[in-house]
Amino acid sequence: MEYIVEMLNIRKEFPGVVANDDISLRLKHGEIHALLGENGAGKSTLMSILFGLYRPDRGKIKVRGKIVDIANPNVANRLGIGMVHQHFKLVHNFTVTENIMLGMEMKKGIVVDTKSAAVKVRELSERYGLNVDPYAKIEDISVGMQQRVEIMKMLYRDAEVLIFDEPTSVLTPQEVQELMHIMRNLIAEGKSIILITHKLKEIKAIADRCTVIRRGRLIGTVEVASASEAKLAEMMVGRQVSFGVQKKECMPGDVVLEIENLSVMSSRKVMGVKGISLEVRSGEILGLAGVEGNGQAELVEAVTGMRKAEFGRILLNGVDITNMTVRDRIKSKMAYIPEDRHKHGLILDYSVADNMIMKLYYSQPFSRNGILNGDAIRKHAEKVMDQFDVRSGKGPAAAARSLSGGNQQKAIVGREIDGDPELLIAVQPTRGLDVGAIEYIHRRIAEQRDSGKAVLLISLELDEILNLSDRIAIINGGELIDIVDARSVSENEVGLMMAGVKRGETA
Amino acid sequence: MWTIIAQVFPYAIAFTVPLLITALGGLYSERSGVVNIGLEGLMVVGFFTGALVISKLELTIPDTAIWLGLLAALAAGALFSLLHAFACVSLNANQVISGTAINMIAGALTVFLARNMTGSGNILIIHGLVRRSVPVLSKIPVAGKLFFTQTYATTWLVLAILIVSWFVLYRTSFGLRLRACGEHPQAADSAGINVYRMRYVAVMVSGAFAGLGGAIILVTYSGEFTGTVSGLGFLALAALIFGQWKPLGVLGATFFFGFASTIANVSQVIPALSGIPGILLKNFPYIVTLVVLVLSSKYSQAPRAAGEPYDKAKR
Amino acid sequence: MKRFFSKSFVMALMAVVLGLLAGAVLMLVIGSNPASGYMYLFRGGLMSIERVGNTLATATPLILTGLSVAFAFRTGLFNIGAAGQMLIGGLCATAVGLTFALPKPVLLTLMVAAAVLGGALWGLVPGLLKAKFNVHEVVATIMMNWISYWTVYYVVPAYFKGAYLETESRKISDAASLKTEWLTGMFGGSYINLGLFLAVVAVIVIAFIIDRTTFGYELKAVGLNRHAAEYAGIKADRSIVMSMMIAGALAGLGGATFYVGYASNIQIGVLPTQGFDGIAVALLGGNSPWGVFGAALFFGLLHSGKGFMNAMTRIPPEIADTIIATIIYFSATSILVERNWDRLKRKVGGVK
Repeated sequence: MEYIVEMLNIRKEFPGVVANDDISLRLKHGEIHALLGENGAGKSTLMSILFGLYRPDRGKIKVRGKIVDIANPNVANRLGIGMVHQHFKLVHNFTVTENIMLGMEMKKGIVVDTKSAAVKVRELSERYGLNVDPYAKIEDISVGMQQRVEIMKMLYRDAEVLIFDEPTSVLTPQEVQELMHIMRNLIAEGKSIILITHKLKEIKAIADRCTVIRRGRLIGTVEVASASEAKLAEMMVGRQVSFGVQKKECMPGDVVLEIENLSVMSSRKVMGVKGISLEVRSGEILGLAGVEGNGQAELVEAVTGMRKAEFGRILLNGVDITNMTVRDRIKSKMAYIPEDRHKHGLILDYSVADNMIMKLYYSQPFSRNGILNGDAIRKHAEKVMDQFDVRSGKGPAAAARSLSGGNQQKAIVGREIDGDPELLIAVQPTRGLDVGAIEYIHRRIAEQRDSGKAVLLISLELDEILNLSDRIAIINGGELIDIVDARSVSENEVGLMMAGVKRGETA
Repeated sequence: MWTIIAQVFPYAIAFTVPLLITALGGLYSERSGVVNIGLEGLMVVGFFTGALVISKLELTIPDTAIWLGLLAALAAGALFSLLHAFACVSLNANQVISGTAINMIAGALTVFLARNMTGSGNILIIHGLVRRSVPVLSKIPVAGKLFFTQTYATTWLVLAILIVSWFVLYRTSFGLRLRACGEHPQAADSAGINVYRMRYVAVMVSGAFAGLGGAIILVTYSGEFTGTVSGLGFLALAALIFGQWKPLGVLGATFFFGFASTIANVSQVIPALSGIPGILLKNFPYIVTLVVLVLSSKYSQAPRAAGEPYDKAKR
Repeated sequence: MKRFFSKSFVMALMAVVLGLLAGAVLMLVIGSNPASGYMYLFRGGLMSIERVGNTLATATPLILTGLSVAFAFRTGLFNIGAAGQMLIGGLCATAVGLTFALPKPVLLTLMVAAAVLGGALWGLVPGLLKAKFNVHEVVATIMMNWISYWTVYYVVPAYFKGAYLETESRKISDAASLKTEWLTGMFGGSYINLGLFLAVVAVIVIAFIIDRTTFGYELKAVGLNRHAAEYAGIKADRSIVMSMMIAGALAGLGGATFYVGYASNIQIGVLPTQGFDGIAVALLGGNSPWGVFGAALFFGLLHSGKGFMNAMTRIPPEIADTIIATIIYFSATSILVERNWDRLKRKVGGVK
């Protein structure tokens, strides 16, 4: 019995899309098996089937050689399969122990026995080197520790097969190393791991074999040692992929955005941003690197006007905008591609046309005296959709909801760039998009910079920051660690800074 | 002063108890993630069912009739709430609209059926609950007179339910899972908990408790089904928010409302209060509710997933 | 034509049919014949020109409360307070009508203005509480309902006590009534009044505001996705407050059409059911102004015919309310049924 888990010819359909089309994946006992594919390729669906959250329409699953029907997560747990989710499934105001034992509570009679459970949690934590406090509340612990709690949920249930779903997106490079160390520990203790990821470097670093899927179909399974990153990328995307962005020589001009000693309170009543100063000049891209939750969101909210600044100033082209309304900042030529296109970027139930004029509807020619001009709105949308390759089945009248993720993002990018802004703020502009859309948006952002605009780029993908930025600012714990030139810094150095280690110090 | 409190106290308690049990029901529902605006209608259903059963049985089996009526009200409330559960949990309908529909259906249907029975739409019962004093405890100097004399049996029933509820919510696995469903249903789901089943159960509990609440009104201070509970179900909802979704908090909040409303009602009789214009006294509970909601808005501990339909496919 | 038979129209039709079916079942349960029950119901509302007039007059406040709820709903707000706003509007109109002696056109204008202002104020309070303190408008508007109830309870006997009964106000004069001779005559002496024209004008104006103005664009944006609207520079707080004010004003206007149009005095101790029926009207009408108009006419018919039905059969008039309530329930759930047909089949099995 060489394989501990076999998924054979799995097919899963959702209304309108075939998420998995005849995919087979075999996991050897004691291996780390990567599942590689772009966003939307079907990796999460496949693993959700293995974990019992979905049932396959066709195909078989074998665990330890026997055919099984995984009807729900309880069955998966009993078979020894556990999943560490990308978006943590932790109840914020429960303790670590309560989260871990949820669904499998230890009982003394009818009362829940939290004490005994906590003892077991502590034991497991020590055995695997996870360093988790059983009595801490989830909302009070760090993201890294929260992830380890997710891992513990599986170990508590004696899982043998552990599925990791995009585990590194919320970690610093150092924490990623720690996670890899933990994974090797787990293998040494006899577990087997499936790693869902789209990060080629990590696959090369830790995986034994890799199964690649593209648009729901199986492309192939390879030995990682003998496959180059380029080969893996080609399998993932279906064509040759260029890893860099063409840029002209950087020629920065005047300061467009100046942030002076800015402090901003976060929603949790602590200082999210502590006295940050930086500037962005025209014709350059300043990338802000940092792990999620270190103040980037609050910084952007203060600059765009969605959150009040406690202290400090923000100047746009020399004008103090610290207390300006959102609308006035937009009028001052500030454009903003938000992090969450569904929540902040688009009104999904509005038509594409109505979304295009979200920042312009009150001005001529789109309205006069408070009455909208449907013709002008439609024509404008057509123009922008054409210029920015936004594809929609029914044209500008279609609901924004009906567009694909990539087209939705292009629509937002188009809307913002069409306004000919002087400052473009882009937050996670390529999150969840396929490679084609990513390339397109990177090109447009670089174009803006080449034509003399100032760009502030905030991203959790270090590669994106390193590829696009001229200068890189690193934020950690709400503080600015350093600002460095992109050409003369290594990824490792940036990683250290993201963890709070200043240049020249040792970790 | 003291005599006023002693006099008003039993009335305040009588008013508070139905409010408390209904709010407790609402607590189960909202803690599981389902907002239940239909508490008003579910109280009316219990009010009606209790009146129906008791009026039919009290001539033959006077004492048991009351308790059978209460039981029937409990069952009727639970059954009627299935409408809400089905709409919200299985069909992912808008929970506020469904709750409003429940209120309207309950209000119209019960009067329709009652009118068919009695022509006037009101159902009278002859015997309500009798007030009794608790044997030993009523002899205690101060507290005895206040808490243990002339009480209704249902008051103790509701308090027992309150204590059990606290225990269930915080000490049993059912309670842990229920709270998980209301805070983060995806987490509960991936832990193998059937979120849909939990929410069905929780909504039915809210229906049962609200039904019981309506019937308690009947057998304690009303004595007659009149077609409406005058906004008590909504007041229970406000008490739930005021009490921050915790059993003890709800106890405090409903007690406050009970007292405030009773004072307004008896103000004519009490010399010290008869000077205050009736309009202020009657509006007092509602205005205070608004003020409290404003003050507690910043610290709201509402279950995070309450009000959002849980859809497995969206993740 | 194709737009008329849109998905929401079909959904509404389905809900109506199901509601009527439920009503038929109830009629059977109490031993009556549904066919004759419905026949008398509809004849009661349409049989003569006078009855048609009454149907229109009954529908008029429903058009306005329906508009009120629908308008608030477009901004993402639940206006459960239409009843209280209507009552306060009615009180203001009655108060003005009983206090001033002026020529009819002037007096009516003042009265209507007072009703609109009173309703707007009653909507403003929950709107502000929501915008500034995030107080849920459902609870806030329900509290306002009761505050208006008790306000009328004390103010009417104190200042406007009726000649015969303590529980109602004095009758307003002919000059203060929205009823006019020519209109009443045209409809054979029914309760019809100028309120109908006010309601129709309101429908047209609201439809224009929602579809064609920047203000409507903002309101809908806030209702559909508050975050995105704020990111685009729209002031969500202001939209919420304005929306509730307008919703309150519409319901207040509805109060005028009822208390100084249909009726001639105001009773205490009653929260007008038209306020809650407005929710049904808005839902059935798909939250669109003309949908509301149609739904209100239908419900007006049900209410206006129920008395005749009750007289000719033994069926209690509450059946109209039951049918309406059932229609809302089906309205709320029918869209979801259609969209989730497959999932529904799986889920109902998944509960066990």
